[in-house]
Amino acid sequence: MDGYVFPNEVNVVWTVMIVLYPYITGLVAGAFVVSSLYHLFDRHQIKAVSRFSLVAALVFLMFATLPLLMHLGRPDRAFNIMITPHFTSAMAGFGYIYSAYFIVVAIEVWLVVRSDLVKRYESGGLLTRAFCSVVLLGDRRDSPEMRRANHRIVRFLAGLGIPMACLLHGYVGFLFGSVKANPWWSTPLMFVIFIFSAIVSGIAVLTFHYMTIAWINGWKVDQECVRALGGFLWGFMIVAVSLEVLEVLSIAYKQTEEWELLYLLITKKLFFTYVILQYLVFSLIPFFLLGINTLFRLRDRVSNVVLWVASVMLLAQVLLMRWNVVIGGQLFSKSHRGFTDYMPGWGTREGLIVAVIIFTIPFILLYVFHRIVPLFPPEVMVKKSKDATAQG
Amino acid sequence: MSNQGRKPGSGTATSPTASDPQPPQRPVGERAPGKAWGRRQFLNAGAAGGLIVILVGMRHESAEAGTPPPGEGEGKSAPPGFGDYNWYDHYWAYVIDTTKCIGCGSCMRACRRENKVPKDYFRTWIERYELREGGEAHVDVALNEQASFDADALPAGEKKAKSFFVPKICNHCAQSVCSQVCPVGASYQTEDGVVLVDAERCIGCAYCVQACPYGSRFINPDTHIADKCTLCYHRITKGKTTACVLSCPVGARMVGDLKDPKSPLHEILRERRYTLLHPELGTHPKCYYIGMDIEVK
Repeated sequence: MDGYVFPNEVNVVWTVMIVLYPYITGLVAGAFVVSSLYHLFDRHQIKAVSRFSLVAALVFLMFATLPLLMHLGRPDRAFNIMITPHFTSAMAGFGYIYSAYFIVVAIEVWLVVRSDLVKRYESGGLLTRAFCSVVLLGDRRDSPEMRRANHRIVRFLAGLGIPMACLLHGYVGFLFGSVKANPWWSTPLMFVIFIFSAIVSGIAVLTFHYMTIAWINGWKVDQECVRALGGFLWGFMIVAVSLEVLEVLSIAYKQTEEWELLYLLITKKLFFTYVILQYLVFSLIPFFLLGINTLFRLRDRVSNVVLWVASVMLLAQVLLMRWNVVIGGQLFSKSHRGFTDYMPGWGTREGLIVAVIIFTIPFILLYVFHRIVPLFPPEVMVKKSKDATAQG
Repeated sequence: MSNQGRKPGSGTATSPTASDPQPPQRPVGERAPGKAWGRRQFLNAGAAGGLIVILVGMRHESAEAGTPPPGEGEGKSAPPGFGDYNWYDHYWAYVIDTTKCIGCGSCMRACRRENKVPKDYFRTWIERYELREGGEAHVDVALNEQASFDADALPAGEKKAKSFFVPKICNHCAQSVCSQVCPVGASYQTEDGVVLVDAERCIGCAYCVQACPYGSRFINPDTHIADKCTLCYHRITKGKTTACVLSCPVGARMVGDLKDPKSPLHEILRERRYTLLHPELGTHPKCYYIGMDIEVK
């Protein structure tokens, strides 16, 4: 602790769980936007990950509230936010926005995987048939007409889902941006920054995860798809990082009283995680890697490694951004005279082990989902030929 | 901010007195008699079920609210459980004369005893400001059990220009941002101008703690809900004064009813120069500081 901190501000109250929550909702929003690029905007280059991205959005969405429940002082009263909402609070809309978006994503996933579930029912054993029958709501018909009708509904839902995804994640940014007592959070740019960083993290997690799965299974990586994802990733990261930098620059240029405090925050307390890691390492390096990959025709193997590294780094960049916003905003006292410290525990309810477990469960669930209904089209799940293997 | 349906006093967070295959020709979604449900029936039933749950929930809430809110009935009556006290007849405010405070810590000890404030957390505290020659301020607070300050805050050899104490407390803002941001309406303002936490509703999200510009709130480590100064609501509604005011040996703290023409606060606010903490945030605090230095934030 440095300087004078208000006595009730010694402990950071929004912990690593509140870092994880916007990170997971960001992955949801970003993954959904990628799926909509195919389903709504007919970007056929990314067909390989179109279903994967949609299911990933659903699976992450299923666990987005878990960090919040771990954080709440009284999780047994969590449903109060739905039954006694107080609409002057931005947070009161959470239950409704989350539920509405969950319904849209769940219906879209159901319509997309329905035909495969019918096939799985016909070829499966007793348990598989029972499971598929329940998920299909007892309706096991399938025909080209039904698929066409479903596709139209999927298209509609993809369009409806984009503003809802932006609303869900933009609202998270708004929760922070509207806290007028906190100069590190209080900016109208916050919700826009959160939306763009969400799209970056969504594209990054899909690129990283698809390439990892392809390498583990020995599949041939769909070069057209990953190159397209790399291009989107580069573009969205430029916008996201530019907005982040512009926000700080505008505060610095105005040289208000608040800047005296934020300058100390950036140059002392957050220097390593914000300046060094978030910008100099995990923004600048992926920017050059993705730029080179987009502007020059690299060999497939090199291009894939570059993309994989860049996507992993950008996942870390967005996580660092969340950390620096959420935790950074609580490291200085509202007395504007001092700073406190925060180090998450390991085995505590809001500790790092619980955070890692919460973040790992969606990936396990994606694997289970893939065992029931394939997450990738058959042409993607093709083993590499020996020649292709030699070329990478 | 609406307080409808709320029982005043019941919500003072830690107030001691709170007491099947289908024929292919059948149209999509249509249900065959006696067979499994089609999608349409399922969705219709789901929507109806959801509506019932919401309606039942709302009814449950309204039942929880109990008696009609004060003032909705005839003649803006007294809130239940408070005898003759009518919250429409009062509007509480607080005055702190920083020129009188001697930093003895009696108020902190009295508040802790009266309201069972958990160790290491504060509903009220006293800040000591020591300004070096040249203007740089050293600020500290008495955090020990005795609420007493160490003798020397400035390093030896540094010359002190001026020093003073500033008691801090919840500002019971007329436009309280903590009440605004509470997602479940657990933080609220009473009709008589006190900001309270409903211990039966608070979910412990700590959004109010983040939103309060004055650092007056905390999450109680025992109850896991938001905690703050209640202006000793259990006392002032019975005609008594707050524990901190009662214990102050120099009269540096005063609580008063702005709807009472005889309240000494009127004279003080009429005749003395005062300031507010962070008036630029638009929270309209009702804690008036007399003789406060520009260094205080």
